[in-house]
Amino acid sequence: MNRADALADGFPDLSGHRIAREAHWGRWLAAALIVIILIAIGRAFARGQIEWSYVERFLTAPVILRGIVNTMIMAVMAMALGIALGVIVAIMRLSPNPVLKSVAGGYTWLFRGTPLILQLLLWFNLALVFPTIGIPGLWSARAVDVMTPFLAALLGLGINQGAYTSEVMRAGLLSVDIGQYEAAQAIGMSRLQALRRIILPQAMRVVIPPLGNEFIGLVKATSLASVIQYPEVLHSAENIYYANSRVIELLIVAGLWYLLVVSILTPLQMLLERRFARGIARGGR
Amino acid sequence: MKPLVAIRQLSKRFGEFQALKQVSLDVFESEVVCLIGQSGSGKTTLLRCVNQLTTADSGGIWLDGELLGFREHDGRLHRLSEREIARQRLACGMVFQRFNLFPHMTALENIIEGPVQVQKRAALDAKDEAMALLRRVGLADKAQSYPSQLSGGQQQRVAIARALAMKPRLVLFDEPTSALDPELVGEVLAVMKELATSGMTMLVVTHELGFAREVADRVVYMDQGVIVESGPAKEVLRAPREARTKAFLAAEVG
Repeated sequence: MNRADALADGFPDLSGHRIAREAHWGRWLAAALIVIILIAIGRAFARGQIEWSYVERFLTAPVILRGIVNTMIMAVMAMALGIALGVIVAIMRLSPNPVLKSVAGGYTWLFRGTPLILQLLLWFNLALVFPTIGIPGLWSARAVDVMTPFLAALLGLGINQGAYTSEVMRAGLLSVDIGQYEAAQAIGMSRLQALRRIILPQAMRVVIPPLGNEFIGLVKATSLASVIQYPEVLHSAENIYYANSRVIELLIVAGLWYLLVVSILTPLQMLLERRFARGIARGGR
Repeated sequence: MKPLVAIRQLSKRFGEFQALKQVSLDVFESEVVCLIGQSGSGKTTLLRCVNQLTTADSGGIWLDGELLGFREHDGRLHRLSEREIARQRLACGMVFQRFNLFPHMTALENIIEGPVQVQKRAALDAKDEAMALLRRVGLADKAQSYPSQLSGGQQQRVAIARALAMKPRLVLFDEPTSALDPELVGEVLAVMKELATSGMTMLVVTHELGFAREVADRVVYMDQGVIVESGPAKEVLRAPREARTKAFLAAEVG
């Protein structure tokens, strides 16, 4: 049908019309409201009783810097422990052996089912249950000496993290096609070899986004270790404000550090994701 | 002459379903045997038993005179260790219906994975041999491609190269062209034909009656877990003796 026909059959010719821009009054109103609220909050803080000079001064104070380093050490080590436990427990859960399976299920149930802060306090006060710990005849020590804030925090955070990580890992292992196990077996691989070379690298692709999420959660959860005297960044900030009473200023300092660490972690996660997405999806490399 | 693979009175049941009933079959060195039959007839189960991806309930399979999966001792059968079973599996290469290439590895890495990781061969030698195998299946230029960058036919040819890299005594094919678009079937069959000509022992589950007619030394027709008819390809496919075989062939051709 050509243009002359279109006009001839009674319909108007629209070919020269442009589409008018819509007004979107609602959107304009909402945006204006939000900007006004943000300005009000900003003004409130600027006029509020916050001595920003303290924030600036303590942001790079040696105690705070040591605190953030301790936070990172604890987060990385607890995550490593959590991943190791998580992989083992996930494999146990998928085992046909009923004992392994139920022990793994029980572990997840127990450590996911109780608050993290309670677990930290339990580990830290383990000496009340077992005054001495060790291997009979080989080695023993007083529990108060062994269960330092560092060890209690590591065990508490790592074992708790393992319970969550195991579920993430289980989902990852289940996402790999059964044909991949069979192909690995067919070229003579043992179960462990197949897991390490074929299954886990493919599971990692599925597992990294939720693990990144878990790690960010863990970085902030280390702040709970302040209750058992582990000198992480929140604990350091608290110690300072006990002395100088600049509570809000030091909490802002700690908050800024957490934000900075989490902001650095996000692009790192993207790099890892790209590494494990080799060969998958939109055309590989 | 002793058969390379001897299957004797093999039975397998999945719950209520009897997949194999007392199946016996010989495969001789350099022979190409095609297993045909409807889905559910037990042919894939039989093939998977040879590679021990499925364990039979009773009966036995001997490969080159060695009992697979078990050790006989004092009139009882003892399951072999995982390591022993893995060693026995090296004697058969397996080509899957859905290729099952490792998606996180390039074509070349797929092929050298077994020789390097399992057989502990030197990476450089394995690489040279893998390149030779890729040339053989006509994919030398795809060595650095990931499976997701290859067509189904190319993936299956890489999978055949991967099976050959282990230098197996025989290669098992589980419906190697069933997951392919029709226009890609030919290139895979051509590679298999070349392999048969080179003297490789092959046990092939297939729906490609044309391939069976042309390449197979022997065709075995299975139905409901038993071997109904077995013989030279020409006889079974052109002049079947059993009524069930006749009905199956008529349906396949028609």
